[in-house]
Amino acid sequence: MTITLFIPCFVDTLFPEVGICMVEILERLGHKVICSEEIACCGQPAFNSGYWDEARQVARPVLKTLQTSEAVVVASGSCGAMLKVFYPQLFAKTPEAGESHKLSSKVWEFSDFLVRKLEITDLGARFPARVTFHDGCHGLRELGIKKSPRLLLEKVRDLQLVEMADVETCCGFGGTFAAKFPMISTAMGEVKCANATETGAEYLVSNDSSCLMHIQGLLSRKSNPLKSIHLAEILNQK
Amino acid sequence: MSSSFQQFLTDATRVAGDIRHRGLMQTALRKYEVARDRKKAAFSDWESARDAAAETKWEAINHLDEHLENLAQKLESRGTKVHWASTAAQAREIILGIIKSKGACSIIKSKAMTAEEIHLNEAMEKAGYEVVESDLGEYIVQLRHEPPYHIVFPAMHLTRDQISELFEKELGSAPTREPEELTMIARRALRSKYITADIGITGANFAIAETGMISITENEGNARLTAALPKTMITLVGLEKILPKMEDLALFLPMLATAGAGQALTCYNTMYGGPRQPGEVDGPEEYHVVLLDNRRTELLADPEQRDALHCIRCGACLNVCPIFRNVGGHTYGTTYSGPIGSVITPHLRGLQEWKHLSASSSLCGACTETCPVKIDLHHHLLHNRRNASASRPSFFERKAYQVFAWVVNRPAIYRIAKQCGRILDPIRRAVQGTVLDPVKPWTKTRDLPPMPEQSFKEWHRNRK
Amino acid sequence: MNEREKILGRIREALKVKASRPGDHGDGQGTARFTGRPVEGARDWLPPGGDTFEEQAARFQTASTELKTDFRLLNSIEEVRSNLAALSTECGWKTVATHVGELTDQVVPSLGLPVLKTDGGYDVRALEKCDVGITGCDLLVAQTGSVLVTNRSAGGRALSVLPPHHLVLARRTQMVPDLATALQTVQKRYGSDYPSMISFITGPSRTGDIERILVLGAHGPKKLTVLVF
Repeated sequence: MTITLFIPCFVDTLFPEVGICMVEILERLGHKVICSEEIACCGQPAFNSGYWDEARQVARPVLKTLQTSEAVVVASGSCGAMLKVFYPQLFAKTPEAGESHKLSSKVWEFSDFLVRKLEITDLGARFPARVTFHDGCHGLRELGIKKSPRLLLEKVRDLQLVEMADVETCCGFGGTFAAKFPMISTAMGEVKCANATETGAEYLVSNDSSCLMHIQGLLSRKSNPLKSIHLAEILNQK
Repeated sequence: MSSSFQQFLTDATRVAGDIRHRGLMQTALRKYEVARDRKKAAFSDWESARDAAAETKWEAINHLDEHLENLAQKLESRGTKVHWASTAAQAREIILGIIKSKGACSIIKSKAMTAEEIHLNEAMEKAGYEVVESDLGEYIVQLRHEPPYHIVFPAMHLTRDQISELFEKELGSAPTREPEELTMIARRALRSKYITADIGITGANFAIAETGMISITENEGNARLTAALPKTMITLVGLEKILPKMEDLALFLPMLATAGAGQALTCYNTMYGGPRQPGEVDGPEEYHVVLLDNRRTELLADPEQRDALHCIRCGACLNVCPIFRNVGGHTYGTTYSGPIGSVITPHLRGLQEWKHLSASSSLCGACTETCPVKIDLHHHLLHNRRNASASRPSFFERKAYQVFAWVVNRPAIYRIAKQCGRILDPIRRAVQGTVLDPVKPWTKTRDLPPMPEQSFKEWHRNRK
Repeated sequence: MNEREKILGRIREALKVKASRPGDHGDGQGTARFTGRPVEGARDWLPPGGDTFEEQAARFQTASTELKTDFRLLNSIEEVRSNLAALSTECGWKTVATHVGELTDQVVPSLGLPVLKTDGGYDVRALEKCDVGITGCDLLVAQTGSVLVTNRSAGGRALSVLPPHHLVLARRTQMVPDLATALQTVQKRYGSDYPSMISFITGPSRTGDIERILVLGAHGPKKLTVLVF
């Protein structure tokens, strides 16, 4: 299969290793991976803030570029939700409406792609550590992703998965929300950090780097030894 | 920035940082979740129940005129006086008019969020009447001169010690840490009020069009007493409370109890079909039902968000919302808090003044997931944001997104921007926390990862 | 034009534009996901109340235990009288409030206590001082452990809620399996001549308003006893 990997702007600039791991994993599985040079952002920040014209300015090139893709795998639940669920809303009643629905049917978040499309759960990975998994809200509720990451982690050798309390409660990132309402965002993040720490895990893992950026930011500030890591990084460990 | 927004930020900052409040909410809401999940599991198919409830409310709201006419006609046929209030002011006027015409002095009230909405108590007190809230939680916040904290649990922000102190001060009772004793203190204090009140005012959970009945759900029995003893009874009800048929309650009453409080069924579910009828031994001689619009018809006229009128005011969305949990009910500064409040308040009280309620959400979607009538709550927050930006865009924010789009659509420029970011990163670190820090809202409480030497796109290009 | 016409006018104007059906979320699905009536769904999805009286009584008992309703399945009117006498001694009843009714007439006099009857009017202060309100009912609902009363079957609106103890007398034949049946039965029974109050009572009065801790007897009765024979 030829897979178009969509790497969101913050993964590109701040967490490139996440994208690198994804490429390596997919290539090892025997697929061809394309990463488009031209597109860099799904347009969610403007969309979430209500500036839909400006969001379309960013989203339209993404829509056009991905039209010919066989499968689009997105390196984050929130950007995956943007492409799959919100593009049809963003482009409703525009000439691109049809294209947005067509793209939507081809979009997958990374872990969900492995499990539900490629039907693979064992990547031969090994990661000897106690970890706890955080469900990013967009992946969880917009894309219905709950089991896939856990099925993948189950097959990682020597990994012990413990669930935290209130695991489905939002970490408080929420995109521009984190900057516009920092006091609420921080409180929510502190609750998430406390719940994660309580599990005694060494690593907090998620399929969304944006959540991890926020949670790690709080962990580091409080010198909490809990380390954050993206699911793809674990799956790429031998 | 509207004054409501400024107040919101001040209050949110204070409450979100209040660790004691955080613990109180967590304890209360975890208890609720356990009870709710147990009762949800009693349904063999909760999701289908939600579909059915959503469809029923869709039917009700999208044929609202027919149902309201039916309701009014049925109520009137049994002697109830039906009043129609387009605005809060009209509703207050109608109710004060009734009170005055009866030569009344004292009023007992059971829980009514619509009464909060129109600031009825203030108006009645200003006119010189004694008003007593009979619901325990409402009674407590009334004594504290503050609004309810939660639409179903008005005093959830208070500890038993705070309530004990309050009763000591206001009622002269002895201090106690026992919730049972505190409840008995309130019960004793309110007993005589039921008996002597001239007027009983209630809200309503449902208005049954088919049979002309007002359905009231409660646990304490205070609404039952409010509707039994005073000579005149008034029900204030939002016109969206319509339910088409009486038998629909077979589904709605259990769903309301399950989602709202983790109960199989609330203690008292009562249908009132009129004043005392010939042959009946007690009950009000006069029954007035005041139908309240107060801009609900404006929300009705927005087909995209019309389903927000399906709300049965169960409070489930408040219970699951991490925003509500961290900022508390009072921070919203308006009658309806939590996700439903964040959706409807811009419609009922002004988009530009209240858009911040729709903005202050991470859009996690827990509300939409839990809503028993499947209102598309978190997506409506997005719709409100879009409408607010379209009618009054922020110059700078819009420019920022336009500049971002321009940069991101030009790979060469985007590359240069990233390079600049990398060069400036150490400088940003150096000024972190100071007035020069461009990302101060973030760095005040959180660290930022350093910008890696090589971006993903660069790695990918070098591979080739 | 009065307010009624103005409001209805605004509604009609608003409804000229159709809203998409629930769960649509802009994906264009115009069809309903559920096309029956909610009452049928309630029958399908809520725990069954039972097909036989024995099953229904067992269900009612289970619910009552959780609700802290004192539910007693008795075999004769004599047993009702003796249970009543025992309760009277145990609770120290001094005055009893009740109403004229087929069942109440048969058992209340045997208590030998001063009785206030709500029929034909009563003094509220006197009712407030009574220790127990003894009433009939319309139906018992097995599924939820509820008692359905109206102001016709239970001596008015206040009798079943003002005294601190509410005692309900019922015959086995008054048990129905579920809420759906109860609502439909009531509608059929009364036609358009409804009692002005129809109330489902599910357990003694309660509140969770203080730290979400359950307390019984908030304003309504602290004790609910249901004697069925």
